[in-house]
Amino acid sequence: MPMIEAHDLRKTYRANGEDVHALDGLSLQVPEGRVIGLLGPNGAGKTTAVKVLTTLIRPDSGTARVAGLDVLTQAREVKRVVGSSGQYAAVDENLTGVENLEMVGRLYHLGTRAARARARELIDLFDLAEAGDRPVKGFSGGMRRRIDLAGALVIDPQVLFLDEPTTGLDPRSRIALWGVIKSLVAGGTTVLLTTQYLEEADHLADSIYVIDQGRVIAEGTSDELKAQIGGHRIALALVDAADTGAAREILARHGTGPVTVDDSGRSLEVPVQRGPSTLAAALAELAQAGVELHDAGIRRPTLDDVFLTLTGHLAQASPDPAAPSQIDEAAS
Amino acid sequence: MTTQLARHTDTAHLPHGHRTGGPRWSLPSDAWTITWRNLLKFKRSPDYVVFAVLQPIMFVLLFSQVYGGSIRVEGTNYTDYLMAGIFGQTVLFGATFSGYGMAQDLKDGIIDRFRTLPMHPAAVLLGRTAADLALNTVSMIIMILTGLVVGWRFHEGILAFLGGVALLLLFSYAFSWVMALIGMMVRTPEVINNASFMILFPLTFISNAFVQAQNLPGPLQAFANWNPVSALVQAARSLFGNLGQSPVSDALPMRYPIAMVLIGSVLMLAIFVPLAVTRYTRTSRR
Ligand SMILES: Nc1ncnc2c1ncn2[C@@H]1O[C@H](COP(=O)(O)OP(=O)(O)OP(=O)(O)O)[C@@H](O)[C@H]1O
Ligand SMILES: [Mg+2]
Repeated sequence: MPMIEAHDLRKTYRANGEDVHALDGLSLQVPEGRVIGLLGPNGAGKTTAVKVLTTLIRPDSGTARVAGLDVLTQAREVKRVVGSSGQYAAVDENLTGVENLEMVGRLYHLGTRAARARARELIDLFDLAEAGDRPVKGFSGGMRRRIDLAGALVIDPQVLFLDEPTTGLDPRSRIALWGVIKSLVAGGTTVLLTTQYLEEADHLADSIYVIDQGRVIAEGTSDELKAQIGGHRIALALVDAADTGAAREILARHGTGPVTVDDSGRSLEVPVQRGPSTLAAALAELAQAGVELHDAGIRRPTLDDVFLTLTGHLAQASPDPAAPSQIDEAAS
Repeated sequence: MTTQLARHTDTAHLPHGHRTGGPRWSLPSDAWTITWRNLLKFKRSPDYVVFAVLQPIMFVLLFSQVYGGSIRVEGTNYTDYLMAGIFGQTVLFGATFSGYGMAQDLKDGIIDRFRTLPMHPAAVLLGRTAADLALNTVSMIIMILTGLVVGWRFHEGILAFLGGVALLLLFSYAFSWVMALIGMMVRTPEVINNASFMILFPLTFISNAFVQAQNLPGPLQAFANWNPVSALVQAARSLFGNLGQSPVSDALPMRYPIAMVLIGSVLMLAIFVPLAVTRYTRTSRR
């Protein structure tokens, strides 16, 4: 049984007299104990998808099940087994860090004492012990974020949803959170996370869904995705920028896509089908043309290449998490 | 989090948590948790203390000391006449906190957190309105004590007096739900604040709260007689025995103020509790 299952989800918003298809037939399946990464440019529909799956908004059509429970008709049961942290920290400014987590525990009905004990554990885990008894009002963005993430772990959730969990965290906290996610998965938790960081998806996710304009446009492991957009890249470093034209011509003949040249004119790259043999052939021709090289090599595409090729956008971080936009779901 | 979390990276062990939330899904306990959280907020924000404690004292003192000698009411003194008006105005303003609070919570995103938790859908609103009722009750007690100090007396016995207090609080509680719904629709706490002021101030001044309605010019007098604030104040005033011999208008709300306030409160609750809960279940930040 897949732990997360979405089928043909659609959600349309009306903004300024225009229909925005936030979800346009999104489907996905996540087996138990896996980490799935949702990757997509700004406005792709990642947050909308997470909100549907965490019962925050109702889709216009389509179905979704989490832990075998229907998010529309069994929302209450879904909430009991799910932990989630939204794109923007949702914490009570006037409570302390500990009180925030205690409140969440009480609302999961752990009982006041267990909730308090759990809050302390999580505060320690997220390295907020010194700040934990101060009102969140005075916390930095990253500290708030950590309280919010801790809120997702108050129960040991069967399914965990994290919307851009590491945006706003410093690199050390980010790597540490990766560790927490991995240990949860080792304990059997299923995780769906969205991210703008390709490195993060590469590092954490067993499988990646690339979404754009409310739809899944590619799916697979990071290796599969890389293979899908062309096996290899040939990269050259020229000694003399005067040779750029000649080198480009030769690469274009061997490549399966456009040749990219950097600003200096001395670094060239082209996607190719079979790396080694094509590189050998290209090198022979370059030598014949008298093009001198500093360096030549084959590299596997990165997820950045995948992202660019598939969506035509550059991956970029979301705006400041402390500045959420205010749009009303019910008003649309 | 670094060192702590990093350790868990190696050991792959989180502190033991509960696999699921507890089975109970209880409105009273969820609502109590939210009330607790709202009361903590009152405790930590000096603005609320100012509003709930100092402002009522100031109003009672100002009105009774400044106007006490200059406004005459047949058959009673102005301080007696005035108190119900100040009570009414204060608790109505207190009720607007529910709108402010809901808007603020939406803005902070904490409502999104609540909505992902397995709580009763009415709990947040119930906790909100309950905390605001508690604050209003505190204001009420302070005003009563201040009033007694400046010479206000009730004349119909303790039960009628308590009835009057209960009626004021009931009406303001029902009005809290109206404000909570508005708060979720407007979503901007500052707008709620300013709009409440703009609407409630004229409403209390064009009523019998501080002056006798028959002293108002014609059209305002008609408005005042049908103004719900007047009915509320009139009801409390009659239960306190503070009416004096001021002539009573034959507008329906003035003839049966207690019944009108009771009916109005029940109607407000019957309409706005379901509306607000429904609205809550589909509201979300961003
Ligand atoms: N409440 C709303 N009202 C109107 N439009 C909305 C609303 N929520 C989302 N949208 C629109 O739906 C689309 C998808 O938004 P969503 O927040 O899901 O994107 P995202 O992939 O999470 O983007 P980001 O990377 O910026 O977080 C966007 O075009 C957005 O403007
Ligand atoms: Mg998003």
